[in-house]
Amino acid sequence: MCSYIVEKVALTGSAKAQTDWRSIDTAHVYFDHPFHTPLDHALSIDFINEAAGGRERIAVELSAETARELVKAITTALDRGEMEHAGLNQY
Amino acid sequence: MSYLGMVTEVVPFAAHGGEAGQAYYARPTTQQTVGGVVLIHHMPGWDDWIQEATRKVAHFGFACIAPDLYFRERPGSPDDCAARARAKGGVSDDQVMGDVAGAMAFLRAQSNSNGKVGVMGFCSGGRHTYLAACRLKRIDAAVDCWGGRVIVEDPADITPARPVAPIELSAGISCPLLGIFGNDDPNPSPKQVNETEAVLKKLGKTYEFHRYDGAGHGFFAADRPAYRPEQATDAWRKVIDFLDRTIGPRARFA
Repeated sequence: MCSYIVEKVALTGSAKAQTDWRSIDTAHVYFDHPFHTPLDHALSIDFINEAAGGRERIAVELSAETARELVKAITTALDRGEMEHAGLNQY
Repeated sequence: MSYLGMVTEVVPFAAHGGEAGQAYYARPTTQQTVGGVVLIHHMPGWDDWIQEATRKVAHFGFACIAPDLYFRERPGSPDDCAARARAKGGVSDDQVMGDVAGAMAFLRAQSNSNGKVGVMGFCSGGRHTYLAACRLKRIDAAVDCWGGRVIVEDPADITPARPVAPIELSAGISCPLLGIFGNDDPNPSPKQVNETEAVLKKLGKTYEFHRYDGAGHGFFAADRPAYRPEQATDAWRKVIDFLDRTIGPRARFA
């Protein structure tokens, strides 16, 4: 089914499309029919810069299963990285 | 038999509020006059699927126009325009009705028109189709393919952009309505389809609903796992037969 749901989250960072980096300040996250991926539904994330008008986006579409794997990977990388940078790495 | 020759192009049309809209238009290259169909796209926008479906309707001998409901978000690719429209909460019902009415007027103004126009849509476009059947004048046929939220159960789905559940406007339906549904679809669920049918029956409307076992939402889409070739083939035949009866006769290759 088509949904109108959009979860918006404020970000600090940058994203790269092809050769150019750009600042981003917002992600729009939704789960609906994808535009490109041959799935019935996909988790889509649009990275945009609302302060710059928000018209251009860097987009990804992911299967629900792999999106959840990505969430775990992000959490794991953050946990490990923060420990390492705090000098708490036991190795 | 289908009609084998067609012309396709992107055309301007007068959209809601007189704005200059754009649409994908396909017509059979016949000399006979034909009925026209306004094809309403789903939430992801003016994508390859809706353009393919536009050509399919023309292939079966009707003129068909698919307005880009997100043209106001241009310039940009259809997917980027769809993302911008989604971020704004989607397009309003009033605006869509104005765009559909403009596309209907475009069809009737063409020299190939037999004067009859139908509306067809998928998913959110199916809901818009039901709404158009309720609200717009001079519709000769409506084909709702798995339109969700015709019946609104979650109050959060009533918004300023979509202020009324289409089912509440059913008394206004002025044309034959064809409904195509998958019995594994959660939105609209079989229960909701039954409730919609009960309303139409009570109001004495002309309708036919076809429900398919083993099919869910969007089972026409050959590029997605939901595709069900047997059910989709049968349902397309029912759509074309319905349009032939209501806005035809369709062009056939001699």
